[in-house]
Amino acid sequence: MALNYYQPLFEVIRDKERCIKCQACARQCANLVHSYDEELDVMVSDPTECVDCQRCVSICPTRALKITDNPNTFRRNSNWSMQIMTEVYKQADSGGVLLSAMGNPKEYPVYWDKILLNASQVTNPPIDPLREPMETKVFLGKKPRNVKFNKDGTVNTDISPTLELSTPIMFSAMSYGSISKNAHESLARAATELGIYYNTGEGGLHRDFYKYGPNTIVQVASGRFGVFKDYLETGAAVEIKMGQGAKPGIGGHLPGAKILEDISKTRMIPMGADAISPAPHHDIYSIEDLRQLVYSLKEATCYKKPIIVKIAAVHNVAAIASGIARSGADIIAIDGYRGGTGAAPTRIRDNVGIPIELALASVDQRLRDEGIRNEVSVVVAGSVRSSADVVKAIALGADAVYIGTAALLALGCHLCRSCQTGKCNWGIATQRPDLVKRLNPEIGYKRLVNLVHAWDHEIKEMMGGMGINSIEALRGNRLMLRGIGLTEKELEVLGIQHAGQ
Amino acid sequence: MKKVYVNEDWCLACHLCEYYCAAANSGAPNMIKAFAGGKKPIPRIKVEEGSGISFAVQCRHCDEPLCVKGCITGALSVKDGVISCDESRCVGCYTCVMSCPYGCIVISEDSKVIQKCDLCVKNNNGDPACVKGCPNKAIVLEER
Repeated sequence: MALNYYQPLFEVIRDKERCIKCQACARQCANLVHSYDEELDVMVSDPTECVDCQRCVSICPTRALKITDNPNTFRRNSNWSMQIMTEVYKQADSGGVLLSAMGNPKEYPVYWDKILLNASQVTNPPIDPLREPMETKVFLGKKPRNVKFNKDGTVNTDISPTLELSTPIMFSAMSYGSISKNAHESLARAATELGIYYNTGEGGLHRDFYKYGPNTIVQVASGRFGVFKDYLETGAAVEIKMGQGAKPGIGGHLPGAKILEDISKTRMIPMGADAISPAPHHDIYSIEDLRQLVYSLKEATCYKKPIIVKIAAVHNVAAIASGIARSGADIIAIDGYRGGTGAAPTRIRDNVGIPIELALASVDQRLRDEGIRNEVSVVVAGSVRSSADVVKAIALGADAVYIGTAALLALGCHLCRSCQTGKCNWGIATQRPDLVKRLNPEIGYKRLVNLVHAWDHEIKEMMGGMGINSIEALRGNRLMLRGIGLTEKELEVLGIQHAGQ
Repeated sequence: MKKVYVNEDWCLACHLCEYYCAAANSGAPNMIKAFAGGKKPIPRIKVEEGSGISFAVQCRHCDEPLCVKGCITGALSVKDGVISCDESRCVGCYTCVMSCPYGCIVISEDSKVIQKCDLCVKNNNGDPACVKGCPNKAIVLEER
């Protein structure tokens, strides 16, 4: 276009004294930002398509590159920010819905950062996790209301099927299609080695990954992609996806261009056909309908696998969760508004849903008030960024957490939030074979294992500090939490006291 | 004996191995200095690519090396399985360059002698520079 209404977001800064013209940046950039001019023997860059994924910066052997914000500014305006103006220009150009990826980046409050943990002093001594046993194992599923014994002392109570986790962390649902096969393999192998679970997402399960079945949660979403007998039987649990934190109330759309041979086989749809997940499940319009699907899946899996129902955190999440607990589901997964996605309409991602911290606190309280907390386990997702967030989530009442974005970061993602372009330079959110091979699962799975091990150590350290040696004793233990800088109402919803109280 | 192997599944054709190799054997203390002032030290490893496949090739350290057999001055020799070149004895006849079936022997910048991969045993690099520098673990040093 002859007239550029908006400018590139980033600028490439190359230190010419450090650059050895090895052209690694040019060879690695799928957005074709860098190139080598043979005639002039110089490296040149055009930042127009740069997404600040940091791949070139990371691979440069002499650290000659920096990507910075473009210092060019529109006339400052607190109401009409440069981003808002740029979005208007883009829509005036294209006439289309704005698309974004990964979690909501807006400056909403992060409640995790406004909650502080307790530690023991004097009367209730802390525990040293390096010297004393510390338990982070959890079981997800229904817990019996009471336990009956036979005369010989053996237990005479039916225990519902459960998932056993070595540490209360699982990898969130990310479909094959939205992420690459190598990313899936990294997650599957890491989950197997760690004794936790990864989630297939709604894209079915590639034949090569059936061997990781005992550590796989298979998802059934509104598009029903790749759902058949073997799929359900292979997973350790089945998750019904009702909603996703990044885009509550809407479905999904994987463009036909990404439906290559392998993905078409796995999803069981024709090659090149758009994979459209409807916004609702067309057979679910009530809790009774949900109950039918829950029991259909239980029937199909001979009542041997727990059924998870995943919902987005929305305004009346507590009432919805109560309904789900009564539908026969074993586990409720709640995804907060900062949860990631491979593509979502920007306006939905940035404006719909509520923070997971508040949703979790109100769901746990509601289920306890109704006396049905034991009927379900609660798993939370939507931007659990560190082991401290995990500890706070458990103390607010969660049984375990799902991590998606943190897991992708371990695989190299730098949150450039451009997954929807399909040109992920890190080989994660792409199906282009030359890009997919950049993620070597041998490296990827070890980095995931390292991450979860590190978090597990830190969880134990924080628990030890509180004088708690079992994660079970931390669950819903809101006395271990204090708010800082929160209003009376926020404290009430979170069910915690203010620091100093 | 541990040798350098390449797994083409993970080779990204970034060519960084060539630059790490050239810098490690240049005698310069770091990569920037090795290439300073437009210098272009020649690597002993080369990425071959085409039709969507790429892989790095360097000396295979053959059990029965044709290059050593053909060397007219005894500059090329095998020690502990590593084939290396004594540059003080090389006369630049390039017989080895022609006899190597993998094309792994290259001619030095001043065209007087040959140079080849010696698994970085002669420089201060420790493990081979290509193995250490590969960003995707496509190049490995292992026993097979």
